[in-house]
Amino acid sequence: MDTNGTTADLAITMRGVTKIFGPAPETALALLTKGKSKTEVQAETNHVVGLDDVSLDIERGQIFVVMGLSGSGKSTLIRHVNRLIDPTAGKIVVNGEDVLSMSLDQLRTFRRTSIAMVFQKFGLLPHRSVLSNVAYGLEIRGVGKAERLERAAHWVEVVGLSGYERSRPRQLSGGQQQRVGLARALAMDTDILLMDEAFSALDPLIRSGMQEQLIELQSSLNKTILFITHDFDEALKIGNRIAVLKDGAVQQVGKPEEIVLNPANAHIEEFVRDVNKARAIHVRTIMEKGAFEPCEHTVPMDARCEDVLPWFAEHQWVGVTNADGGQIGRVSARQVIRALAKYSPDVADPV
Amino acid sequence: MFPELIDTRPLRRAVDDGLNWVVRNWGGELEAAAYPLLMFLNWIERLLLATPWWLIVAILVGLAFLATRNWKLPVVVLVALVFMGIMELWRDAMVTTALMLAATLTAIVISIPIGVWMSRSMRVRQIVTPVLDLMQTMPSFVYLIPAVMIFGPGKIPALLATIVYASPPLMRLTDLGLRNVDPAVMEASRAFGDTPTQRLFGVQVPLALPTILAGVNQTTMMALAMVVIASMIGAGGLGYQVLQGIGRLEVSRGLFAGLGIVVLAIVFDRITQAYGKRLQERFGLGEVR
Repeated sequence: MDTNGTTADLAITMRGVTKIFGPAPETALALLTKGKSKTEVQAETNHVVGLDDVSLDIERGQIFVVMGLSGSGKSTLIRHVNRLIDPTAGKIVVNGEDVLSMSLDQLRTFRRTSIAMVFQKFGLLPHRSVLSNVAYGLEIRGVGKAERLERAAHWVEVVGLSGYERSRPRQLSGGQQQRVGLARALAMDTDILLMDEAFSALDPLIRSGMQEQLIELQSSLNKTILFITHDFDEALKIGNRIAVLKDGAVQQVGKPEEIVLNPANAHIEEFVRDVNKARAIHVRTIMEKGAFEPCEHTVPMDARCEDVLPWFAEHQWVGVTNADGGQIGRVSARQVIRALAKYSPDVADPV
Repeated sequence: MFPELIDTRPLRRAVDDGLNWVVRNWGGELEAAAYPLLMFLNWIERLLLATPWWLIVAILVGLAFLATRNWKLPVVVLVALVFMGIMELWRDAMVTTALMLAATLTAIVISIPIGVWMSRSMRVRQIVTPVLDLMQTMPSFVYLIPAVMIFGPGKIPALLATIVYASPPLMRLTDLGLRNVDPAVMEASRAFGDTPTQRLFGVQVPLALPTILAGVNQTTMMALAMVVIASMIGAGGLGYQVLQGIGRLEVSRGLFAGLGIVVLAIVFDRITQAYGKRLQERFGLGEVR
């Protein structure tokens, strides 16, 4: 389990959140706290364990990805943040507010102003136009018609759907529909964005385009995004931090390369085996640190291994620069190959 | 034979006496309570009779065109209505249409809220569903006779009987439509912090509208099916012509009035169905999701 040390600016905190589905969750909860597994609890009480003692710290401004296979409880987890599902036990704090102690009325205000959500199945209103769908959240919030349509028009443009304002959702492709869903959430202008398998229903090419658009949007809007996916590659591509979920319990939390280089258990190792590690590993985690003589070619510090590979054809060393352009280290082909070839805990020392 | 376990005569007598007591003590009040319904029916009837025939034809043909956007249905409607006029059934058809409209509109006002309530509470549904079964299967004479005893023969018991017979499908289909609204859309609306009222009118009712319209269509058809029975207790209209035809053994009169009812049914059924289909197409329902 990762303890971040700093009590930095946290957007979402979950502590010991447990969810048991069924008519009498307390009995099942007692068994679970005694250390029985999800399958044992289900066999004995016929209750389904959705989440098992989940604790997460999500820093402001991060894309935090929760990754898990179907049935791992990831969709249940994200629905706890805005309390679409009430937990059986645990504590959830969002923006410093205890979500579980809110009254129904406070909860409504919280959902209207602090948090927005994008859904796997889009959840668009089929009888309304694209523009009116994007304005729906603002309408719920009580924003006047002229203002909400103006804001909606702006976000329709940002997600690249200009010209489709008057269309109905069913006239759009899946990718376009999800852009409407994204625009609807962004129009709320909340600090926190929840995305439940938002891109999973899309074709690979469109999905990849949407991922890039999300990363781009994130760099300009700087929101806190909690992103759910079953796709490990997607998690590595967009996540600042990743939590892996299995049977409702968190298996490992860390930066993408930490998980790729040091998978915590066999389950995670299975994911890592098939993954494109060149995409997952940042060069700054494997570089030789220090002010060496300036290299002929440099890459920024958030570059990944796949970004530097082409340069080794010409250069022995490639420099790594920080945001100001100053060189903070260098990397060689050997180091990259070593990182890509092995990921056992005793190889590299990622910092 | 089934053995006689208890003497049911006191029970029967109690029911009969009870009804008589209600008629004697509450007859006037109940009649007064139903008076607005009668006014409503009479108002619709006068309106339809005062409207020139060509205007009504134009309106119905226009509605048919708006609903389908092609010429097939409007032509059917035009031919049907002209047939009605040529067969000297226009006036009776308007009286019957008035009864159908009054019953349908009242049924809509009553049934949709009850349907909404059923969709929200399992308990209410458990209680209301058997009542609906009763309303649909109980022979209408069983409640027509007490109604005639209370209100006297005339339009009020006819209208009430029609409403009782015609409302159940609308309640059932409203309930069904609301419960079948895509849960993903409902959840999305919830995530944005809607109030129950916003969700009902912004999401549930619009999405259930095609199903609710199918209910309205059913209610219209069942109201038309009641006109002959309603005419037995003084509703007039096409049903009365059928009744007279049977009574005088004038097959032609019964046949043409009967055809008149069929024609009305076709006109209203096709128009309401076409609107339902249009809505569904607009939503993209019925396609693979």
